[in-house]
Amino acid sequence: MDGFPILSLMMAVPMAGAIACLFASANNARWIALIATLVDFVLGIVLWLNFDQGGLQWQFQEYAPIFGRFAWALGIDGIALMLIALTVFLMPICIGASWNAINKRVGEYMAAFLFMEVLMIGVFTAQDLYLFYIMFEAGLIPMYLIIGIWGGADRIYASYKFFLYTLLGSVLMLIAMMWMVHEAGTTEIPALMAYNFDPHVQTWLFLAFFASFAVKMPMWPVHTWLPDAHVQAPTAGSVILAGVLLKMGGYGFIRFSLPMFPEASAQLAPLVWGLSMVAVVYTSLVAMVQSDMKKLIAYSSVAHMAIVTIGLFAFNQAGIEGAMMVMLGHGLVAGALFLCVGVVYDRLHTREINRYGGLSINMPRYAVLFLFFTMAAVGLPGTSNFVGEFLSLMGVYQASSWVALVCTTGIILGAAYMLYLYRRICYGPQVNADAAAMPDLSIREFWLMAPIAAVVLWMGVYPESFLAPMRADIRALEARLAPAAPAGDSKIKMGAPKPAGASHHEEAPAHGEAH
Amino acid sequence: MIDSASLLAVLPELILTAGGLVLMLVAAFGGDGSARVVNWLSVITLAIAGVALSCSLAHGPDAFDGLYRADAFSVFAKALIYSAAAAAVLLAPRFFSTDGAPRPEYPILILFAAIGMGMMVSAGDMLTLYVGLEMNSLASYVLASFMRQDERSSEAGLKYFVLGSLASGILLYGISLLYGFTGSTGFDGIAVALGDGVSKGELFGLVFVLAGLAFKISAVPFHMWTPDVYEGAPTPVTTFFASAPKVAAMGLTVRVAIEALGPAGLDWQQIVIFVALASILFGAVAAIGQTNIKRLMAYSSINNVGFALIGLAAGTPAGVAGTMSYMAIYVLMTIGAFACILQMRDADGKPIETIASLAGLSQSRKGLAAALAIFMFSMAGIPPLFGFWAKFLVFDAAVAAGLTALAAFGITASVIGAFYYLKIIKTMYFDEPTAAYEAKGGSVENIILTACAVVIVLGYLLNPLLDQASAAAAASLF
Repeated sequence: MDGFPILSLMMAVPMAGAIACLFASANNARWIALIATLVDFVLGIVLWLNFDQGGLQWQFQEYAPIFGRFAWALGIDGIALMLIALTVFLMPICIGASWNAINKRVGEYMAAFLFMEVLMIGVFTAQDLYLFYIMFEAGLIPMYLIIGIWGGADRIYASYKFFLYTLLGSVLMLIAMMWMVHEAGTTEIPALMAYNFDPHVQTWLFLAFFASFAVKMPMWPVHTWLPDAHVQAPTAGSVILAGVLLKMGGYGFIRFSLPMFPEASAQLAPLVWGLSMVAVVYTSLVAMVQSDMKKLIAYSSVAHMAIVTIGLFAFNQAGIEGAMMVMLGHGLVAGALFLCVGVVYDRLHTREINRYGGLSINMPRYAVLFLFFTMAAVGLPGTSNFVGEFLSLMGVYQASSWVALVCTTGIILGAAYMLYLYRRICYGPQVNADAAAMPDLSIREFWLMAPIAAVVLWMGVYPESFLAPMRADIRALEARLAPAAPAGDSKIKMGAPKPAGASHHEEAPAHGEAH
Repeated sequence: MIDSASLLAVLPELILTAGGLVLMLVAAFGGDGSARVVNWLSVITLAIAGVALSCSLAHGPDAFDGLYRADAFSVFAKALIYSAAAAAVLLAPRFFSTDGAPRPEYPILILFAAIGMGMMVSAGDMLTLYVGLEMNSLASYVLASFMRQDERSSEAGLKYFVLGSLASGILLYGISLLYGFTGSTGFDGIAVALGDGVSKGELFGLVFVLAGLAFKISAVPFHMWTPDVYEGAPTPVTTFFASAPKVAAMGLTVRVAIEALGPAGLDWQQIVIFVALASILFGAVAAIGQTNIKRLMAYSSINNVGFALIGLAAGTPAGVAGTMSYMAIYVLMTIGAFACILQMRDADGKPIETIASLAGLSQSRKGLAAALAIFMFSMAGIPPLFGFWAKFLVFDAAVAAGLTALAAFGITASVIGAFYYLKIIKTMYFDEPTAAYEAKGGSVENIILTACAVVIVLGYLLNPLLDQASAAAAASLF
């Protein structure tokens, strides 16, 4: 693969597809979009297979200084690779989910989605600070249109809120970027990651970046755009929003905030922890009382993203690996849950939980898949989220046992609201005749969800496939953070290594009881 | 003494003068029937003058003993002015032909205004400056009231004239103060006199000069005329006002601030910072409630001038280059947007100006809606469109000059501005269709707006070129 610009190609394919969709008829647009996203998926697999684990930190690098002050500089490490894989995996599913649900202005819809894919890959591959910002911000345009044109009843309010909220968060980051480039004299992200900024200035830079990523993530209390955007967006829009767009915030922390401002990160870690603890408890409780399915899942996303932030700000390998795994797992599971909502919404055109009930009787296949994803969202061992949440909490326990204590309640609360949701929808008597008459999953719907279920299971049973590409990069990040990392309060004493076969999982209960 | 080098340095102006006078005779003898020919001939005249810019650069920079400068800065500004003027001429015939025949005076007035604007950006002396400014203004007053029978147009002309004269008076007063206290009307002479400290009288002169110039660029607090004039003037004239004279006035302000008032930089910097922030905020907030698209564009231009001034506030070569690049990109967006606005006509071809009439445009006229959406997103400064880069350049210069707080405040205020641009996109894309516009646009409009849209989308590829040109322009002032 030496020298072949595969990353540019992965962006060019959906871009070409997007332009073609604009001029195609509805049905052709659907096929063009599906083929373009599938081609990108295949390219993603090729990318993963050719990725040299444990090789150079930055691979598949491309560099073309065609924009004057900044360059078309691309390149990925293991972290970016995983997020790109998530993106290209979810995109064909999004297109499939919109196959019948979207029937007005199909060409423009598919074009917006494909353009979105270009930008998401761009965000994860950009190696130039300004190129990153352009990709990061440009995503507002297609998402604004997707929510505003194809959204629900209150779509206009939601689209404005989404746009202005995220724009306001991001502009300060741009000013900070300009300052950094003038200070360091380069726009290259790898160089900036190694540059040591003055710790006093770091605080300001960190806060400017934080404003952007916290909104994108979203962290409490700037999460309020998310429930609105999720509820109003069409199903596929919610999938991509929860699946990938939120991960841009986490990616931002891992790529910029932590390595570029390690001292400020350590200094402001209590702030992040505090907000995350509130988010975990508060948004979980809010999720419990929602009567709208999408809103419930949206609030649960905020709680899960808080687990990501505490993992990132644990300043150790377990925490950061856990945060990455939660991001990947949540991307799949939240996406799948939104698909589950979409399935029943397409039939009954309501997201009110009370309008359903007893669906396991007339939709058994749906009930099984829904149950599986519910359990994954709860973090049942054997599913993707368990691995991530466990690692995150274990990581943060070393930094602060109180944070670990409070955030672990999120798992219990998560079980509460998800199981409660599932009970009200799938169990109990069939009170509504129209809900009882709904047909089970069609073949298309089944095949949209089955691949996600398979990957969720894979990630839960053998997470090594996903952890291995990231390990070296996370280790490098940990080393970068080590001088500044705050001392933990748990005072863990490492025992003598046990004989082979003893896993981390056996140690875990011991940590829990240490409180 | 007039030497041949000086004459060659003003060749573009000579060509425009000769062209304007000849075309006036053609118009006088040919009557309204010659409008079409005169239109095209004036575009050709502008093009020839544009080609002559290179000759002017070769014989610069100083002409007529420093009264006049033909440097890279003036060439950059003039290239923009001539292109914008040509676009305003090209866009006009279809508009004027809806109520009676187009009249040949329109392109001729634009030619004369272009001469004035060329003198503005080339001025090396306060008197050249004033003559250029008035030449442009007089032509503009007539253009604003070009549709005599239309009440709004006459009102716009009168308002423009009264307020414009007032501003000219203020400017002239400032010039006389500066002359009195520095003993020179030449920019170099003033700069030398200011070099040994700024006296109170000089400071007063500086404030009055800047106030007069602020009127010409329609910056807050001297912006009041803009919405009324933009709304009342015929749309092609508004297109012209929003583009070419803006560049000329901004170029003039930059040149005066740097060349003449440079040593008093700390004194005008605070004024410029205030004017910039006030314009950004006011332009953004006041635009939100507008229902007329031309009025909205007026507030948008006030807003944009604020951003451009941030580059000047930095006071560095990079800042000046940023301001000039900003104007270049702004002109593109404005002309493109007005080419769209000119196509807002009902089924009978009558122009409509309400924003509400855009509802559902994305379904009746896909291409037009997409183009207008591109211009609006671009003006809001959303990447990957070129308008983002314009803002980027001025804010980057401000950050480099240590004005981080100014940059942070300005860019935050730009989010407010994004709201009303989004409102137009929302109307076009999210709202249900109302009465459709006429089915087909004019081919000239379409070509111009397509060209602008393509540059706005792919503009980043032009970055090296733009950087080089604007840096050369800025370097010639320092």
